[in-house]
Amino acid sequence: MILARVVGTVVATRKDPRLEGKKLLILKPVSPQGNDEAGYVVAVDSVGAGYRETVIAVSGSSARMAEGCKDAPVDSAIIGIVDEARLDE
Amino acid sequence: MFLGRVVGCLWATVKDPNLEGQRLLLVQPLDPHLKDTGKTLVSTDATGAGAGEIVYWCRGKESSFPFLPKEVPTDATIVGIVDSVTGVARGSPRPGRGRRA
Repeated sequence: MILARVVGTVVATRKDPRLEGKKLLILKPVSPQGNDEAGYVVAVDSVGAGYRETVIAVSGSSARMAEGCKDAPVDSAIIGIVDEARLDE
Repeated sequence: MFLGRVVGCLWATVKDPNLEGQRLLLVQPLDPHLKDTGKTLVSTDATGAGAGEIVYWCRGKESSFPFLPKEVPTDATIVGIVDSVTGVARGSPRPGRGRRA
């Protein structure tokens, strides 16, 4: 999984029927220290994450195991909202 | 599977119901020389690994298999704690960069 911050939303009217009713968010990967990393990901939200929250995103076929994503054409899903990331160093 | 070091842990109150009770650890991927390579990632833990330990972890859907029959939505899981690494000659070419999970 990766750490990421919610930076935007996606609205799509025409889409796969199995994606209907799912919230799509734009994520910016971040380091555990909170610094931005390269790239963006569009992910299905299964936990109710909000703008600028730090979240955990799962990718690949495991994303289909997120709640409500069974058999949906999804390869990235938000599965948790981060309270705290602590580095031991 | 890949080598990594546990560098931290993560708290998340709101999460997928199937992640309930799982430990979420921050893992820094390592090369066989035990040097950092690639980005830190979030991983579930099937072994009870602790801070600073060298571990091996697997990627992809297979990383949810240790928790079966529970369908844990994870794409990276620590599946072993490393005692020692041998057989990597000093100065041998570095293997490919660890791919992001």
